[in-house]
Amino acid sequence: MSVLTLDRLSVTLRTRSIFSNVSLRVAPGEFVGLIGPNGAGKTTLMRAALGLIPSTGRSSLAALTARDRARAVAWMPQSREIAWPIPVERLVALGAEAAGHSPTGRAGQTAIEAAMSRMGLTSYKGRAASRLSGGEQARALIARALAQDTPLLMADEPIAGLDPAHQISTMEVFAALAAEGRAALVSLHDLGLAARHCTRLVLLAEGGILADGTPAEVLTPENMARAFGVSVWHRQTGDGPIFQPLEVL
Amino acid sequence: MLLASPGQLISVSDVASDPQVSAMIDEARAYPQNFGRAEEIYLMKPDLVLVGEYSRTQAAEMLERLGVPVLRLPFARSMEDVAEGIRLLGQALGRAAEAEAMAADFEARLATLRAEVRSNPRAALYSANGYTTGRLSLSGQILLAAGFSNVADEAGIPIGGNLPMERLVMAEPDLLITAAPYPGASRSEDVLRHPAVQAMRAAQTSKMISSNDWVCGTPYVLRAIETLAGERRALDAQDRAGEAGQ
Amino acid sequence: MRLLFIILILLVAGLFVAGLTVGPADTGFTEALAALVNGGDGPLPLVMREIRLPRALLAVMVGAGLGLSGAALQGYLRNPLAEPGLIGVSNAAALGAVVVIHAGLVASGTLALPFAALGGALIGVFLVLALAGAQGGSLTLILAGIAISALAGALTSLVLNLSPNPFAASEIVFWMMGSLADRSIVHVGLLLPFVLVGGAMILSLARGLDALTLGEDAAETMGYSLTRLRLVLVIGVAAIVGGATAVAGAIGFVGLVVPHILRPFVGAQPSRLLWASALGGAVMLQMADILVRVILPERDLKLGVVTAIVGAPLFLHLIVKTRRESGGGLA
Repeated sequence: MSVLTLDRLSVTLRTRSIFSNVSLRVAPGEFVGLIGPNGAGKTTLMRAALGLIPSTGRSSLAALTARDRARAVAWMPQSREIAWPIPVERLVALGAEAAGHSPTGRAGQTAIEAAMSRMGLTSYKGRAASRLSGGEQARALIARALAQDTPLLMADEPIAGLDPAHQISTMEVFAALAAEGRAALVSLHDLGLAARHCTRLVLLAEGGILADGTPAEVLTPENMARAFGVSVWHRQTGDGPIFQPLEVL
Repeated sequence: MLLASPGQLISVSDVASDPQVSAMIDEARAYPQNFGRAEEIYLMKPDLVLVGEYSRTQAAEMLERLGVPVLRLPFARSMEDVAEGIRLLGQALGRAAEAEAMAADFEARLATLRAEVRSNPRAALYSANGYTTGRLSLSGQILLAAGFSNVADEAGIPIGGNLPMERLVMAEPDLLITAAPYPGASRSEDVLRHPAVQAMRAAQTSKMISSNDWVCGTPYVLRAIETLAGERRALDAQDRAGEAGQ
Repeated sequence: MRLLFIILILLVAGLFVAGLTVGPADTGFTEALAALVNGGDGPLPLVMREIRLPRALLAVMVGAGLGLSGAALQGYLRNPLAEPGLIGVSNAAALGAVVVIHAGLVASGTLALPFAALGGALIGVFLVLALAGAQGGSLTLILAGIAISALAGALTSLVLNLSPNPFAASEIVFWMMGSLADRSIVHVGLLLPFVLVGGAMILSLARGLDALTLGEDAAETMGYSLTRLRLVLVIGVAAIVGGATAVAGAIGFVGLVVPHILRPFVGAQPSRLLWASALGGAVMLQMADILVRVILPERDLKLGVVTAIVGAPLFLHLIVKTRRESGGGLA
């Protein structure tokens, strides 16, 4: 059983091939980090997987109707757009609505409250979402995705622009979800955090998947030199893996 | 056109051929047309150019600078202005005697029409955009000469202005005179088809429409007055019949 | 929230009665209402039923429609500056209406007129969305709006100038500024289906517009088909603005001012703002229409003049605010 299946997925924008023949399965319990250099097509891959842009090949999500897809996956785009100063509680309720709950019904209320307390937003209920700090906004948006209560969460660089504490706590939320039997597919640039928190990494480079496996299998000096052109330092310690890019080769 | 001797008038403006505003379209067709542009008129080399007081002022000024004599005929606002205009034009064209005869005839016929007025039913002039004209306009004078009192005067509109439709309805005039619709529809003329106006018209026996006779200060205004006077006599007869019936 | 709706509904009702009893003809308050209800002979029932009642009804319908359209466009474009008048939709609708009237195709007061205006409005909305799109910033939106407004306005003037009817040229003001003077019950009948159908279409989008707060991708993956939403929105707005413009001319700023004032009272939620703006639009347009009758009753002052005097300064304020929030640039 898997929550996402990509079969030989290819995207061509105008005449330029972004990636081709990407096949991937994500199973419940996995926290998959999607890594790769700028322009490798991480965002494009995720949007094509969701069916937001045209592609060839097959994606299990793109084949669904809009309504069924909303119950299969929650998507957090990188832009973190909040157009209006709606109350945080209302923002989170959007997720519950997408799951088919009435925001005032019992199921809806439970989903909203669970998501808010998980993200530490209980005291923010009535605050205008668009006037919060960047970190608070990011938490509110994750809470919205959690309230959608889907087996899979997909997020595009959810920790970009956050301070270390917010970055770590966000990664811990995704890891915890995976531990509960849900799944997360998240694009990341911070390889150190990817190494520590993800159960699996997918390295996208050179128009396809260059490596796919545990962090230790993917973050090899060879792969890093080939995909990013950097040398790295990688150790397993008693506190978990520690990974540090060193120099441009 | 009424005054000039043959050959004296060499061109008339295009407005003279517009049936909406000209009482003499058939006569006008006999003359070459101009469009009131300074250069075309200059090239005709006229000895005299006649213009209305307020029309084509820029073209008229241009012609004067070019040395062409221009006579500005004053805008007729009353019956006296009409006779005055005829005499003025007669002098300019060197036909003072004919003009004097025409003016005298006009005044005599006007006096006869005025003399027979006994009652003063109330009339309202109503045209596109709810525009009405009062005592100090030519149409207002035509109304007065025909023996009507003008609703615009009651509403405090001496020359011309906007009469809100609801005040028109509230005034309950005995006779409503609207302008004939122009070709091509327009939003401005919608008011004449408004259900409230239609209801007023339906209640009146007469369907009076103002015509091209009303527009300019020529002897033709007498024709308009005569038609109106006929309407007044009909209203009087109606009243008498109504009173006799009671 | 409920309080806001009660207040707005009371205002709409109160202004409706005020609109019926205020006019250039001096009529007593009670006699006027009695004549409206009981009818009877004489001029007063005619004034009340054929002149003031249609006018009051039209003010409510046009105002509600414009308020609703403004709130919907703002929700979709996620931009507080989007407004049917400012982005050229009203002018495009006026162009459609003017073309069919002055080409002699229809008389004003026939069903073809609002349909022609709807056609014009459709082209206007499509152009704006194509030029400014949902990704475009405020700057693109305003520039696209200026271009469409100016072009539609110029073409309207051209058509009116070429018309054989001498009153046509003086109507440019009406089509650009709007007026409810001397409209009849016929126009109420014309507008009603357009406002009802367009309104129902827009209100059906409430949840989708809420989801759009988080952007297009987020809304799409929350189960709302943006292709469908966009199509319904465009047709709904075009129906309302087309119908309203066909009977009342292009009235600007209602769709800007009303959502802006009411947004804080509905927690900025696009869905709730739809209802509130419909009621608020009816309030604003009724107030404006009473004002034009009270200030200069003889001059046929245009409605758009009043709404612009209120709206334009607010528009400037919004631009300054948008610029400040985006750190200097409008985009």
